[in-house]
Amino acid sequence: MTSTQEAPVVVPDFGDDDEDRKICFIASKGTLDMVYPSLIMANAALGEGIETHIFFTFWGMDIINKETQEDLQFTWLGNTAMHPPGMKMHMPQGLAGLPGMTAMATKMFKKQIADMDVPDVAEFVQMIADAGGQLWGCKMSADMMDLKMDDLVDGIQGIISATEFIEMSEGAQVIFT
Amino acid sequence: MPTATFAGAEVTVDEEGFMTEFDQWTREIATHLAGQIGIDLDDKHWQVIDFVRGDYEEQGETPTLRRVSTIGGVPTKQLFQLFPKKPAKKMAYIAGVPKPHGCV
Repeated sequence: MTSTQEAPVVVPDFGDDDEDRKICFIASKGTLDMVYPSLIMANAALGEGIETHIFFTFWGMDIINKETQEDLQFTWLGNTAMHPPGMKMHMPQGLAGLPGMTAMATKMFKKQIADMDVPDVAEFVQMIADAGGQLWGCKMSADMMDLKMDDLVDGIQGIISATEFIEMSEGAQVIFT
Repeated sequence: MPTATFAGAEVTVDEEGFMTEFDQWTREIATHLAGQIGIDLDDKHWQVIDFVRGDYEEQGETPTLRRVSTIGGVPTKQLFQLFPKKPAKKMAYIAGVPKPHGCV
């Protein structure tokens, strides 16, 4: 005897038949801290079986540009919420402008991300592509920055116009980051 | 806690149907659970399930997809093929461990 016939067993609903949910993220920033929100949420959405797109535009192109992807920076200049972990003080804004501070802050930020076992940007983008995420570059940004498909990392599906993005995102939840 | 009988063994489950007791799990139960959600287990699935259980035992929490791919050595693409659509939850369900809580 293997299987059973008793009281109805609850089988989790994994939503295999749901086809209607679709999410599009617009990634418009290229500072290291602002790159993560769309990557983390897109990855989570894919893990939930949701059709997921990311449209990289303006400074967000740096996330998928081969030349810049590994060199994104973090600064707390203009970010008054910056306080060192576990400390009840804000980092003075003036300090952020001193030479070498961006490099130092970037190094610390990367370490914190790695300590949480969260991948760096290159690995993250690859992981999202592998999980079935659809990644798009912005035509106008590409033209402005003189970028072609060859300049972009693997996994990018194409460079599309704003109109194409609007068409593609019909019926989707669109999240601007 | 409700109980359910899988493959002839009585086990405790939560409201969603996930097993709650790590030690009540058997390979026969896993095969039964997988069948309930339309997955026919082969060697590749077992590699993942064995890793998930081993890692849960060591770390005290269910590994995320990334952990299964980087530490468990099963590429992300393959995880989505083996456990379609919601791989992290499906592998946890079959392996008899809680849903993963990590964000990444």
